[in-house]
Amino acid sequence: MIEIKLIKVVGLFAENKDLAREIRLTKIIPALEKNEKVILNFEEVEGATQSFVHALISDVIRKYGPEVLDDIAFKGCNETIKKIIGIVVDYMQESQ
Amino acid sequence: MKIYLPNSAFLGNIDPFLKQMDLSDPFKLQITANKKWISMHPVVLCMVAALGLTIKSENVKCEKLEAKSKHYLQRMGLFKLVNIKVETPIIEHESAGRFIPLTRINNSQELTKFIADIVPLLHLEPEQADPIKYIVSELVRNVLEHSESKRGAIVSAQYYKKSNTIRIGIVDTGVGIKKTINNAYPAKTHLEAIQLALTPGITGTTRRIGGTEYNAGAGLFLIKSIAQINREFFMIYSGNAMYKLLKNKPDLKRITLQGNPFQDRHSKGEDYPNWQGTVVGVDISLDKTKEFTVLLDLIWDAYLKTIKERKKEKYRKPRFI
Repeated sequence: MIEIKLIKVVGLFAENKDLAREIRLTKIIPALEKNEKVILNFEEVEGATQSFVHALISDVIRKYGPEVLDDIAFKGCNETIKKIIGIVVDYMQESQ
Repeated sequence: MKIYLPNSAFLGNIDPFLKQMDLSDPFKLQITANKKWISMHPVVLCMVAALGLTIKSENVKCEKLEAKSKHYLQRMGLFKLVNIKVETPIIEHESAGRFIPLTRINNSQELTKFIADIVPLLHLEPEQADPIKYIVSELVRNVLEHSESKRGAIVSAQYYKKSNTIRIGIVDTGVGIKKTINNAYPAKTHLEAIQLALTPGITGTTRRIGGTEYNAGAGLFLIKSIAQINREFFMIYSGNAMYKLLKNKPDLKRITLQGNPFQDRHSKGEDYPNWQGTVVGVDISLDKTKEFTVLLDLIWDAYLKTIKERKKEKYRKPRFI
Protein backbone atom coordinates (compact mmCIF):
# COMPACT_ATOMS: atom_id res chain seq x y z
CA MET A 1 0.00 0.00 0.00
CA ILE A 2 1.22 3.49 -0.70
CA GLU A 3 -0.04 6.73 0.80
CA ILE A 4 0.41 9.93 -1.21
CA LYS A 5 0.35 13.09 0.92
CA LEU A 6 -0.94 15.69 -1.49
CA ILE A 7 -0.40 18.78 0.66
CA LYS A 8 3.36 18.45 0.21
CA VAL A 9 3.07 18.48 -3.55
CA VAL A 10 0.04 20.57 -4.42
CA GLY A 11 -0.31 23.03 -1.53
CA LEU A 12 -3.47 24.33 0.11
CA PHE A 13 -5.50 24.72 -3.09
CA ALA A 14 -5.14 21.76 -5.42
CA GLU A 15 -5.56 23.18 -8.90
CA ASN A 16 -2.33 22.45 -10.78
CA LYS A 17 -3.27 19.82 -13.35
CA ASP A 18 0.36 19.28 -14.37
CA LEU A 19 1.12 18.14 -10.83
CA ALA A 20 -2.01 15.96 -10.77
CA ARG A 21 -0.91 14.28 -13.98
CA GLU A 22 2.60 13.74 -12.62
CA ILE A 23 1.23 12.14 -9.44
CA ARG A 24 -0.99 9.87 -11.53
CA LEU A 25 1.77 8.79 -13.89
CA THR A 26 4.62 8.45 -11.42
CA LYS A 27 2.85 7.22 -8.29
CA ILE A 28 -0.74 6.04 -8.72
CA ILE A 29 -0.43 3.98 -11.89
CA PRO A 30 2.89 2.29 -10.97
CA ALA A 31 1.38 1.29 -7.61
CA LEU A 32 -1.77 -0.11 -9.22
CA GLU A 33 0.35 -2.00 -11.74
CA LYS A 34 2.05 -3.69 -8.80
CA ASN A 35 -1.40 -4.54 -7.36
CA GLU A 36 -0.81 -2.16 -4.47
CA LYS A 37 -3.60 -0.20 -2.82
CA VAL A 38 -3.34 3.59 -3.03
CA ILE A 39 -4.38 6.15 -0.41
CA LEU A 40 -4.69 9.73 -1.67
CA ASN A 41 -4.28 11.83 1.44
CA PHE A 42 -5.94 15.27 1.18
CA GLU A 43 -5.31 16.24 4.83
CA GLU A 44 -4.70 20.02 5.13
CA VAL A 45 -5.65 20.61 1.49
CA GLU A 46 -8.37 23.27 1.71
CA GLY A 47 -9.78 23.13 -1.79
CA ALA A 48 -9.48 21.37 -5.13
CA THR A 49 -10.80 22.04 -8.61
CA GLN A 50 -12.69 19.53 -10.68
CA SER A 51 -9.94 19.88 -13.30
CA PHE A 52 -7.31 18.83 -10.76
CA VAL A 53 -9.27 15.78 -9.60
CA HIS A 54 -10.09 14.92 -13.22
CA ALA A 55 -6.39 15.01 -14.16
CA LEU A 56 -5.58 12.95 -11.06
CA ILE A 57 -8.02 10.05 -11.39
CA SER A 58 -10.17 10.13 -14.54
CA ASP A 59 -7.72 8.24 -16.69
CA VAL A 60 -7.19 5.67 -13.96
CA ILE A 61 -10.95 4.96 -13.92
CA ARG A 62 -11.05 4.86 -17.71
CA LYS A 63 -8.06 2.47 -17.96
CA TYR A 64 -8.84 0.08 -15.14
CA GLY A 65 -12.63 0.46 -14.94
CA PRO A 66 -14.68 1.57 -11.91
CA GLU A 67 -13.45 -1.51 -10.02
CA VAL A 68 -10.19 0.37 -9.49
CA LEU A 69 -12.01 2.42 -6.86
CA ASP A 70 -11.76 -0.65 -4.61
CA ASP A 71 -8.01 -0.11 -4.66
CA ILE A 72 -8.01 3.67 -4.14
CA ALA A 73 -9.07 5.43 -0.94
CA PHE A 74 -9.37 9.17 -0.35
CA LYS A 75 -8.26 10.26 3.11
CA GLY A 76 -8.76 13.49 5.06
CA CYS A 77 -11.03 15.20 2.52
CA ASN A 78 -13.18 18.15 3.55
CA GLU A 79 -16.79 18.33 2.35
CA THR A 80 -15.98 20.33 -0.81
CA ILE A 81 -13.20 17.99 -1.88
CA LYS A 82 -15.39 14.95 -1.15
CA LYS A 83 -18.07 16.48 -3.36
CA ILE A 84 -15.66 17.14 -6.22
CA ILE A 85 -14.15 13.65 -6.09
CA GLY A 86 -17.69 12.20 -6.06
CA ILE A 87 -18.59 14.24 -9.13
CA VAL A 88 -15.57 13.12 -11.15
CA VAL A 89 -16.15 9.48 -10.15
CA ASP A 90 -19.83 9.78 -11.13
CA TYR A 91 -19.30 11.32 -14.54
CA MET A 92 -16.44 8.99 -15.42
CA GLN A 93 -18.70 6.01 -14.71
CA GLU A 94 -21.49 7.68 -16.64
CA SER A 95 -19.22 8.01 -19.67
CA GLN A 96 -17.95 4.40 -19.56
CA MET B 1 -6.42 50.56 -32.66
CA LYS B 2 -8.43 53.11 -30.72
CA ILE B 3 -10.06 52.64 -27.34
CA TYR B 4 -12.25 55.16 -25.58
CA LEU B 5 -12.69 54.64 -21.85
CA PRO B 6 -16.23 55.76 -21.03
CA ASN B 7 -17.61 57.02 -17.73
CA SER B 8 -19.15 53.62 -17.11
CA ALA B 9 -18.41 50.19 -18.58
CA PHE B 10 -19.51 47.21 -16.52
CA LEU B 11 -20.86 43.86 -17.66
CA GLY B 12 -24.45 45.11 -17.68
CA ASN B 13 -23.64 47.99 -20.05
CA ILE B 14 -20.44 46.81 -21.71
CA ASP B 15 -21.91 46.43 -25.22
CA PRO B 16 -21.40 50.06 -26.38
CA PHE B 17 -17.80 50.00 -25.10
CA LEU B 18 -17.07 46.85 -27.10
CA LYS B 19 -18.73 48.16 -30.23
CA GLN B 20 -16.86 51.46 -30.25
CA MET B 21 -13.43 49.78 -30.16
CA ASP B 22 -11.49 50.31 -33.36
CA LEU B 23 -9.17 47.33 -33.72
CA SER B 24 -8.22 48.07 -37.33
CA ASP B 25 -4.55 49.10 -37.04
CA PRO B 26 -2.80 46.35 -35.06
CA PHE B 27 0.48 48.31 -34.76
CA LYS B 28 -0.76 51.34 -32.81
CA LEU B 29 -3.00 51.86 -29.81
CA GLN B 30 -4.54 55.18 -28.90
CA ILE B 31 -6.33 55.48 -25.57
CA THR B 32 -8.75 58.32 -24.90
CA ALA B 33 -11.15 58.73 -22.01
CA ASN B 34 -14.20 60.52 -20.71
CA LYS B 35 -13.12 63.95 -19.43
CA LYS B 36 -15.14 63.85 -16.21
CA TRP B 37 -15.22 60.34 -14.90
CA ILE B 38 -13.98 56.87 -15.81
CA SER B 39 -15.36 53.83 -14.09
CA MET B 40 -14.97 50.34 -15.46
CA HIS B 41 -15.10 46.63 -14.85
CA PRO B 42 -11.68 44.94 -14.41
CA VAL B 43 -12.32 43.08 -17.68
CA VAL B 44 -12.17 46.40 -19.56
CA LEU B 45 -8.80 47.18 -18.03
CA CYS B 46 -7.59 43.69 -18.90
CA MET B 47 -8.63 44.23 -22.52
CA VAL B 48 -6.77 47.54 -22.77
CA ALA B 49 -3.67 45.99 -21.18
CA ALA B 50 -3.86 42.90 -23.40
CA LEU B 51 -4.03 45.05 -26.53
CA GLY B 52 -1.19 47.24 -25.27
CA LEU B 53 1.01 44.20 -24.81
CA THR B 54 0.56 43.14 -28.44
CA ILE B 55 2.52 46.17 -29.69
CA LYS B 56 5.69 48.09 -28.89
CA SER B 57 5.16 50.37 -25.90
CA GLU B 58 6.26 53.45 -27.88
CA ASN B 59 3.28 52.86 -30.16
CA VAL B 60 0.81 53.10 -27.27
CA LYS B 61 -0.43 56.65 -26.83
CA CYS B 62 -2.58 57.67 -23.92
CA GLU B 63 -4.06 61.17 -24.02
CA LYS B 64 -3.73 63.45 -21.01
CA LEU B 65 -6.35 62.14 -18.65
CA GLU B 66 -8.61 64.71 -17.00
CA ALA B 67 -11.21 62.58 -15.27
CA LYS B 68 -11.28 62.85 -11.49
CA SER B 69 -11.02 59.08 -11.19
CA LYS B 70 -7.95 58.86 -13.45
CA HIS B 71 -5.79 57.58 -10.59
CA TYR B 72 -7.76 54.33 -10.82
CA LEU B 73 -5.83 53.33 -13.96
CA GLN B 74 -2.56 53.91 -12.15
CA ARG B 75 -3.71 52.06 -9.06
CA MET B 76 -4.73 49.03 -11.13
CA GLY B 77 -1.31 49.00 -12.76
CA LEU B 78 -2.28 49.71 -16.36
CA PHE B 79 0.56 52.10 -17.18
CA LYS B 80 3.15 49.95 -15.46
CA LEU B 81 2.11 46.69 -17.13
CA VAL B 82 1.96 48.14 -20.63
CA ASN B 83 4.81 50.59 -20.01
CA ILE B 84 2.70 53.53 -21.17
CA LYS B 85 3.99 57.06 -20.77
CA VAL B 86 1.19 59.34 -19.64
CA GLU B 87 1.40 63.08 -20.41
CA THR B 88 1.08 64.17 -16.81
CA PRO B 89 2.28 61.83 -14.10
CA ILE B 90 -0.66 60.72 -12.05
CA ILE B 91 -0.34 60.62 -8.29
CA GLU B 92 -1.37 57.33 -6.88
CA HIS B 93 -3.97 58.29 -4.27
CA GLU B 94 -4.33 55.10 -2.35
CA SER B 95 -2.69 51.76 -2.39
CA ALA B 96 -5.06 50.14 0.07
CA GLY B 97 -8.31 48.60 -1.03
CA ARG B 98 -9.73 45.32 -2.06
CA PHE B 99 -8.43 44.75 -5.58
CA ILE B 100 -5.99 42.70 -7.58
CA PRO B 101 -4.05 44.93 -9.97
CA LEU B 102 -3.53 43.91 -13.58
CA THR B 103 -1.35 40.82 -13.58
CA ARG B 104 0.13 38.86 -16.43
CA ILE B 105 0.21 35.10 -15.82
CA ASN B 106 2.42 33.08 -18.13
CA ASN B 107 2.65 29.66 -16.50
CA SER B 108 1.41 27.27 -13.84
CA GLN B 109 3.78 28.51 -11.14
CA GLU B 110 2.66 32.12 -11.60
CA LEU B 111 -0.96 30.98 -11.44
CA THR B 112 -0.39 29.12 -8.18
CA LYS B 113 1.20 32.22 -6.65
CA PHE B 114 -1.60 34.43 -7.97
CA ILE B 115 -4.28 32.20 -6.42
CA ALA B 116 -2.50 32.27 -3.07
CA ASP B 117 -2.58 36.09 -3.19
CA ILE B 118 -6.33 36.30 -3.94
CA VAL B 119 -7.52 35.87 -0.36
CA PRO B 120 -5.30 38.56 1.27
CA LEU B 121 -5.68 41.04 -1.60
CA LEU B 122 -9.47 40.83 -1.71
CA HIS B 123 -9.79 40.37 2.08
CA LEU B 124 -12.08 37.38 1.64
CA GLU B 125 -13.48 34.96 4.18
CA PRO B 126 -12.47 31.36 3.36
CA GLU B 127 -16.00 30.39 2.32
CA GLN B 128 -16.18 33.40 0.00
CA ALA B 129 -12.78 32.61 -1.47
CA ASP B 130 -13.54 29.11 -2.78
CA PRO B 131 -15.64 30.09 -5.82
CA ILE B 132 -13.29 32.98 -6.67
CA LYS B 133 -10.17 30.78 -6.56
CA TYR B 134 -12.02 28.16 -8.55
CA ILE B 135 -13.05 30.63 -11.27
CA VAL B 136 -9.60 32.15 -11.62
CA SER B 137 -7.90 28.76 -11.74
CA GLU B 138 -10.22 27.30 -14.37
CA LEU B 139 -10.15 30.38 -16.61
CA VAL B 140 -6.40 30.97 -16.47
CA ARG B 141 -5.71 27.27 -17.05
CA ASN B 142 -7.94 27.49 -20.14
CA VAL B 143 -5.70 30.29 -21.40
CA LEU B 144 -2.46 28.47 -20.59
CA GLU B 145 -3.62 25.18 -22.12
CA HIS B 146 -5.72 26.17 -25.09
CA SER B 147 -5.18 29.77 -26.18
CA GLU B 148 -1.62 29.53 -27.56
CA SER B 149 -1.28 33.10 -26.31
CA LYS B 150 2.27 34.40 -26.43
CA ARG B 151 1.49 36.85 -23.67
CA GLY B 152 -0.29 34.54 -21.24
CA ALA B 153 -3.43 35.64 -19.41
CA ILE B 154 -4.12 39.16 -18.19
CA VAL B 155 -6.11 39.08 -14.97
CA SER B 156 -7.58 41.65 -12.62
CA ALA B 157 -10.27 41.74 -9.94
CA GLN B 158 -11.90 44.25 -7.67
CA TYR B 159 -14.30 44.35 -4.75
CA TYR B 160 -17.23 46.80 -5.08
CA LYS B 161 -18.58 47.80 -1.71
CA LYS B 162 -21.96 49.18 -2.87
CA SER B 163 -22.99 45.93 -4.55
CA ASN B 164 -20.83 43.71 -2.32
CA THR B 165 -19.49 41.95 -5.40
CA ILE B 166 -16.15 40.76 -6.67
CA ARG B 167 -15.73 41.51 -10.38
CA ILE B 168 -13.15 39.54 -12.30
CA GLY B 169 -11.65 39.94 -15.77
CA ILE B 170 -9.48 37.38 -17.60
CA VAL B 171 -8.30 38.15 -21.11
CA ASP B 172 -5.94 36.66 -23.68
CA THR B 173 -4.83 37.48 -27.19
CA GLY B 174 -4.47 33.90 -28.36
CA VAL B 175 -6.19 31.88 -31.07
CA GLY B 176 -9.76 32.34 -29.76
CA ILE B 177 -12.50 29.86 -28.92
CA LYS B 178 -13.48 28.94 -32.48
CA LYS B 179 -10.05 27.62 -33.42
CA THR B 180 -9.81 25.61 -30.19
CA ILE B 181 -13.30 24.12 -30.48
CA ASN B 182 -12.74 23.37 -34.18
CA ASN B 183 -10.12 20.78 -33.16
CA ALA B 184 -13.06 18.54 -32.23
CA TYR B 185 -16.29 20.20 -33.45
CA PRO B 186 -17.07 21.91 -36.76
CA ALA B 187 -18.40 25.22 -35.36
CA LYS B 188 -18.95 27.53 -38.31
CA THR B 189 -19.12 30.81 -36.43
CA HIS B 190 -17.55 32.34 -33.34
CA LEU B 191 -20.96 32.40 -31.65
CA GLU B 192 -21.54 28.72 -32.34
CA ALA B 193 -18.08 28.00 -30.90
CA ILE B 194 -18.94 29.99 -27.75
CA GLN B 195 -22.21 28.06 -27.42
CA LEU B 196 -20.33 24.75 -27.62
CA ALA B 197 -17.62 25.91 -25.20
CA LEU B 198 -20.30 26.71 -22.60
CA THR B 199 -22.05 23.36 -23.03
CA PRO B 200 -21.18 20.77 -20.35
CA GLY B 201 -18.96 17.93 -21.51
CA ILE B 202 -17.76 19.72 -24.67
CA THR B 203 -14.03 20.31 -25.00
CA GLY B 204 -11.92 21.21 -27.99
CA THR B 205 -9.60 18.31 -27.19
CA THR B 206 -11.93 15.40 -28.00
CA ARG B 207 -15.49 14.45 -28.95
CA ARG B 208 -15.42 11.62 -26.44
CA ILE B 209 -17.92 11.89 -23.59
CA GLY B 210 -15.96 12.23 -20.35
CA GLY B 211 -13.22 14.16 -22.13
CA THR B 212 -9.55 13.28 -22.16
CA GLU B 213 -7.24 12.45 -19.28
CA TYR B 214 -6.72 16.21 -18.98
CA ASN B 215 -9.99 17.92 -19.92
CA ALA B 216 -13.62 17.20 -19.08
CA GLY B 217 -15.21 20.21 -20.76
CA ALA B 218 -16.66 21.48 -17.52
CA GLY B 219 -14.79 24.69 -16.67
CA LEU B 220 -16.76 27.37 -18.51
CA PHE B 221 -20.11 25.72 -17.71
CA LEU B 222 -19.17 25.70 -14.05
CA ILE B 223 -18.19 29.37 -14.03
CA LYS B 224 -21.32 30.45 -15.89
CA SER B 225 -23.37 28.39 -13.43
CA ILE B 226 -21.76 29.99 -10.36
CA ALA B 227 -22.69 33.42 -11.77
CA GLN B 228 -26.17 32.21 -12.65
CA ILE B 229 -26.96 30.76 -9.23
CA ASN B 230 -25.70 33.99 -7.67
CA ARG B 231 -27.90 35.98 -10.13
CA GLU B 232 -24.93 37.85 -11.53
CA PHE B 233 -23.46 38.62 -14.94
CA PHE B 234 -21.08 36.46 -16.95
CA MET B 235 -19.70 37.57 -20.31
CA ILE B 236 -17.57 35.85 -22.90
CA TYR B 237 -16.30 37.48 -26.09
CA SER B 238 -14.17 35.94 -28.83
CA GLY B 239 -13.81 36.78 -32.52
CA ASN B 240 -16.83 38.86 -33.53
CA ALA B 241 -19.19 37.20 -31.03
CA MET B 242 -20.23 38.03 -27.50
CA TYR B 243 -22.47 36.04 -25.17
CA LYS B 244 -23.72 37.56 -21.95
CA LEU B 245 -25.58 35.74 -19.21
CA LEU B 246 -28.09 38.23 -17.85
CA LYS B 247 -29.04 38.49 -14.21
CA ASN B 248 -31.96 36.34 -13.18
CA LYS B 249 -34.85 38.24 -11.71
CA PRO B 250 -34.69 38.38 -7.89
CA ASP B 251 -38.29 37.14 -7.60
CA LEU B 252 -37.41 33.97 -9.51
CA LYS B 253 -37.35 31.43 -6.70
CA ARG B 254 -35.72 28.49 -8.43
CA ILE B 255 -32.99 28.74 -11.04
CA THR B 256 -32.75 25.92 -13.54
CA LEU B 257 -29.30 25.36 -15.00
CA GLN B 258 -29.50 24.58 -18.69
CA GLY B 259 -26.99 22.57 -20.69
CA ASN B 260 -27.58 24.84 -23.68
CA PRO B 261 -26.43 28.39 -22.79
CA PHE B 262 -28.90 29.83 -25.31
CA GLN B 263 -31.74 28.57 -23.12
CA ASP B 264 -30.52 30.77 -20.25
CA ARG B 265 -31.58 34.39 -19.91
CA HIS B 266 -28.93 35.98 -22.10
CA SER B 267 -27.99 38.43 -24.82
CA LYS B 268 -25.69 37.68 -27.72
CA GLY B 269 -24.36 39.20 -30.91
CA GLU B 270 -22.04 38.59 -33.84
CA ASP B 271 -21.38 42.15 -34.89
CA TYR B 272 -18.58 43.11 -32.51
CA PRO B 273 -15.05 44.15 -33.54
CA ASN B 274 -12.97 41.05 -34.11
CA TRP B 275 -11.17 40.19 -30.85
CA GLN B 276 -8.22 37.93 -31.54
CA GLY B 277 -8.35 35.81 -28.42
CA THR B 278 -10.86 35.45 -25.61
CA VAL B 279 -12.32 37.83 -23.05
CA VAL B 280 -14.18 36.65 -19.94
CA GLY B 281 -15.81 38.84 -17.31
CA VAL B 282 -17.71 37.57 -14.29
CA ASP B 283 -19.36 39.12 -11.23
CA ILE B 284 -19.73 37.23 -7.97
CA SER B 285 -21.95 38.59 -5.24
CA LEU B 286 -20.66 38.00 -1.74
CA ASP B 287 -24.17 38.51 -0.29
CA LYS B 288 -25.73 35.69 -2.18
CA THR B 289 -22.88 33.24 -2.37
CA LYS B 290 -24.41 29.92 -1.46
CA GLU B 291 -22.30 27.43 0.36
CA PHE B 292 -19.89 26.10 -2.24
CA THR B 293 -20.92 22.47 -1.73
CA VAL B 294 -24.57 23.43 -2.42
CA LEU B 295 -23.44 25.22 -5.57
CA LEU B 296 -21.53 22.16 -6.69
CA ASP B 297 -24.55 19.91 -6.15
CA LEU B 298 -26.72 22.10 -8.35
CA ILE B 299 -24.10 22.45 -11.05
CA TRP B 300 -23.16 18.79 -11.26
CA ASP B 301 -26.74 17.62 -11.37
CA ALA B 302 -27.10 19.75 -14.50
CA TYR B 303 -23.75 18.54 -15.86
CA LEU B 304 -24.64 14.85 -15.45
CA LYS B 305 -28.11 15.41 -16.90
CA THR B 306 -26.60 16.94 -20.02
CA ILE B 307 -24.01 14.15 -20.34
CA LYS B 308 -26.82 11.58 -20.09
CA GLU B 309 -28.82 13.38 -22.78
CA ARG B 310 -25.78 13.51 -25.07
CA LYS B 311 -25.16 9.84 -24.49
CA LYS B 312 -28.79 9.05 -25.21
CA GLU B 313 -28.55 10.87 -28.54
CA LYS B 314 -26.07 8.20 -29.60
CA TYR B 315 -28.30 5.27 -28.60
CA ARG B 316 -29.38 3.11 -31.48
CA LYS B 317 -33.12 2.83 -31.97
CA PRO B 318 -34.92 -0.45 -32.55
CA ARG B 319 -35.97 -1.10 -36.11
CA PHE B 320 -39.60 -2.08 -36.35
CA ILE B 321 -40.58 -3.63 -39.65
